[in-house]
Amino acid sequence: MKFDVIIGLEVHAQLQTNTKIFCGCATDFTPDSPNVRTCPVCLGLPGALPVLNQRAFELAVIAALGLRCQIAPFTKWDRKQYFYPDLPKGYQISQYDLPFSFSGLVEIPADPAVAGEENALRQVRIIRAHLEDDAGKNVHDESGRGSDSQVDLNRAGTPLVEIVTEPDLRSAREARLLLEEIRLLLLYLGVSDCNMQEGNLRCDANINLHIHHDSGLTTKTPIVEIKNLNSFRFLEQACEYEIDRQLKTYGTMTEIHDRTKRTYGFDPARGITFEQRSKEEAADYRYFPDPDLVPVTVTREQVAHWETLVPERPQDRRRRYHSAMGLTPYDASVIIEQGRPFADFFENIVAHGADPKQAANWLTQDIQRILNERKCGINEFPVPAELVGLILAKVSEKSLTLKAAREALDLLVERSEEQSVSAATLDQIIQERGLAIVQDDSLLKEIIQKVIEKNPKPVADYLGGKPAAAGSLLGQVMREARGADPQVVKGLVTAALDALKFADS
Amino acid sequence: MTLPASSTACAGNNGLDHWSIRELGQQLAKRELTSREIIESSLTAISSRDSRIGAFLHVDGDRALAAAQASDERRAAGQALGPLDGITISIKDAICEVGQPATCGSRMLKGYISPYSATAIERLLAAGAIPLGRANLDEFAMGSSSENSAYQLTHNPWDLDRTPGGSSSGSAASVAARMVPGSLGSDTGGSIRQPASLCGVVGLKPTYGRVSRYGLVAFASSLEQIGPFSLDVYGAAALLQAMAGHDPHDATSVNEPVDDYLSKLDEPLKDLRIGLPQEYFGEGLDSEVRRIVEQAIEVYRSQGATLVPIELPHSKYSVATYYIVAPSEASSNLARFDGIHYGYRSPEFTDLESLYANSRGEAFGPEVKRRIMLGTYALSAGYADKYYVKALQIRRLIRQDFDDAFQKCDLIAGPVTPTPAFKLGELVDDPLAMYLSDIYTIAANLAGIPAISVPAGWTASGLPVGLQLQSPVFTEAKLLRAARMLEITSPWIGRLPPTLS
Repeated sequence: MKFDVIIGLEVHAQLQTNTKIFCGCATDFTPDSPNVRTCPVCLGLPGALPVLNQRAFELAVIAALGLRCQIAPFTKWDRKQYFYPDLPKGYQISQYDLPFSFSGLVEIPADPAVAGEENALRQVRIIRAHLEDDAGKNVHDESGRGSDSQVDLNRAGTPLVEIVTEPDLRSAREARLLLEEIRLLLLYLGVSDCNMQEGNLRCDANINLHIHHDSGLTTKTPIVEIKNLNSFRFLEQACEYEIDRQLKTYGTMTEIHDRTKRTYGFDPARGITFEQRSKEEAADYRYFPDPDLVPVTVTREQVAHWETLVPERPQDRRRRYHSAMGLTPYDASVIIEQGRPFADFFENIVAHGADPKQAANWLTQDIQRILNERKCGINEFPVPAELVGLILAKVSEKSLTLKAAREALDLLVERSEEQSVSAATLDQIIQERGLAIVQDDSLLKEIIQKVIEKNPKPVADYLGGKPAAAGSLLGQVMREARGADPQVVKGLVTAALDALKFADS
Repeated sequence: MTLPASSTACAGNNGLDHWSIRELGQQLAKRELTSREIIESSLTAISSRDSRIGAFLHVDGDRALAAAQASDERRAAGQALGPLDGITISIKDAICEVGQPATCGSRMLKGYISPYSATAIERLLAAGAIPLGRANLDEFAMGSSSENSAYQLTHNPWDLDRTPGGSSSGSAASVAARMVPGSLGSDTGGSIRQPASLCGVVGLKPTYGRVSRYGLVAFASSLEQIGPFSLDVYGAAALLQAMAGHDPHDATSVNEPVDDYLSKLDEPLKDLRIGLPQEYFGEGLDSEVRRIVEQAIEVYRSQGATLVPIELPHSKYSVATYYIVAPSEASSNLARFDGIHYGYRSPEFTDLESLYANSRGEAFGPEVKRRIMLGTYALSAGYADKYYVKALQIRRLIRQDFDDAFQKCDLIAGPVTPTPAFKLGELVDDPLAMYLSDIYTIAANLAGIPAISVPAGWTASGLPVGLQLQSPVFTEAKLLRAARMLEITSPWIGRLPPTLS
């Protein structure tokens, strides 16, 4: 028996607007104080009316363009109706039959276990992305004393973009990779902070199996929608559990009669999925156009303008770092996954003359170490990327050794505590510490001559057939000539000693 | 040009014979009267008459008196705000005012106090108008008689056994009974024009989008507008002038310049072409109403208007279309009354579902429940295409009818209601007959065009009958001038309801 896993995701991401989607309330609520970011509109008070936040629409369009979706020239708002205490209007304002965008595509690495090869790609089609308002939160008494539940509407009315994929995913791993990629994309686009702990990015997974029996028969298990998965790990775990459960439940059935879709939840504590409601209880949302809002028409010019606001997608960057900059796919991914400011920092270093591989190494090791020590992000790194680029450029043109470069960077970080650091600071440090590679051979030769004169014993040993004796001479020369290239020094010392040898003979 | 003065000095009128907004404004301007006196007269009238009329659900005299004092001080300082400064009005209890109740005539919102004001109210306050109290209505503006109010019946000042119409029952009755010179109502299918007609006052439903709906508790969002009641056309024009205009809080309010409704109000329109839809004069129209409406139309002809027969072929579907669209929207708009966040919550519940069911079951009246069920059905999976979507298609045809008709005429004239005021209790068990009382008014809401009811005459038994004028979108200036043409020639404008004397 073989089987195919069929998974599609519905991803909800809160958009990073200053105000809510249909009112002027701030979205930067403090979770500790309930209902402080509310007004008649998001409280759903009698008589209040929604007005679309243009910025929310723009961010949603940018998200959709990032997903390579088409933008509809005409879109409207529909009410999705159901009763729940966190939904003060008794309906959610969403988009039903005319979403603002459709037909997109996201590429992720295919799961080798399914694809049968390394480095294959999985194309995941996006059916649509639409815009809607978020609900509030029900706060239940967890003390067990059975107090009333309460409702916090701070979150009610936060703009959400819902991204619906085709069921193109073939394993739990791929589901996770897609959500990770979408998160990365939304972060790069700057449309959502995708904070999963705060529920700003969450998803539902639709899963079923196509089971191929040895008899040649194929059966399809009923689709299960697992709701509200708010971490990558939970998504992957829930999918794995569900695949296993469906296999156990239906694996040996040659006929599956009940094909109704079911709604499940995931219990992270027990790592299991559980049924929430079946079709019989399923809500009829009675969608209809919201008469309080006017449809939105979008011109080609507007779309063209919004296109210009879509930055290079992480996937495209990853590819460019590999093909044009020569990074390994792994290194490229490591940088990309650190987020856009990190990747931008990397590009800035390279733009100022650093070798891309060297820059990648520095970023992911030296600079990352400093960031870890200082517990800060790349945005707070005290040395500008230009300066880091300048240091590495000096390494490339062999005017600094890598060791000296590290020292220079550390000193720059140190000095940044007191002053803002610049190229002048760097020059000063190099000079003060004598970090520059001494390229003046005559100066070196002078030093070597002095060292040879002061150290007759090692010289004699060397000339007497002990090449290792040159080491102590070399060390002394390096101490004298700070910043000299050891290879150059070694050559000159050897040459000077050999000259003595010939002179002697 | 001033209104013909009433010759009937009336004790019930508190000595204020000239009680129209225009006359009050003139007296205020001449300093013959203070706003305080207006409020005091209103309060006296309410205390002496409203026990019989039942127009008010709540009166806030102290607040009004304070506002009157401020108005009088402005005027004394030469800083009067305009024709409404110091004039008092009643407000339909579905239009929110900060700190005031907004029961919507429902048990559901008993005790609810609005924390914010409707844009229309804000604008009237900015014009110096003084809200005095909250006017009774059919529950959530669903009804045509006041009988669906959870609190009280409102009686027609012309015959206390009869309905004042609805749903803006208290608004119309409070003006007709000279308790206030003007009022705000809302019109979803005729809820301003029908009671205006039955009470013998002016009532205007503006173009959809002309007045902000922000703060009007929604019944059927795509149909309704806030609009004015007044004893005189001038008052309606002044109230509309203050309220009209784009509101950033209402996405359906239209950003279209607001005409000056007052400066040319008294100038008769020349070369007027008045369309007469045959559909409005057919079966079901009371003969006295027909006679009075035809006489009013004759007034226009005598002033040089051309009468043009027109057709509104889809008007016969108006009521059916309306009773799909309006309940569908209502079923959604009223979902927020769930017993969770505000308003009535049943004391009896065992779980979330019974909390919803019991709260809604106990607090909504039968007509509201009927419409929620109709609308829920019409929007349900498998039925939406047959009902809701179909109704939207017919709605477009009805709109097209008006577009076609207005190629041939400037205004459409006809009756407001098929009969004069019916007796309270007469139709209460026959919702369909009640629905048909809106047969001539509903189309304007479906089409979004403005329409006015202006007093046209009285039946032999002394019941008022209005003339309805409808015009293309955003032509309220023309509509008001046309209404004024009738008003100016009418000998009965100062006629007082017998219950006042």
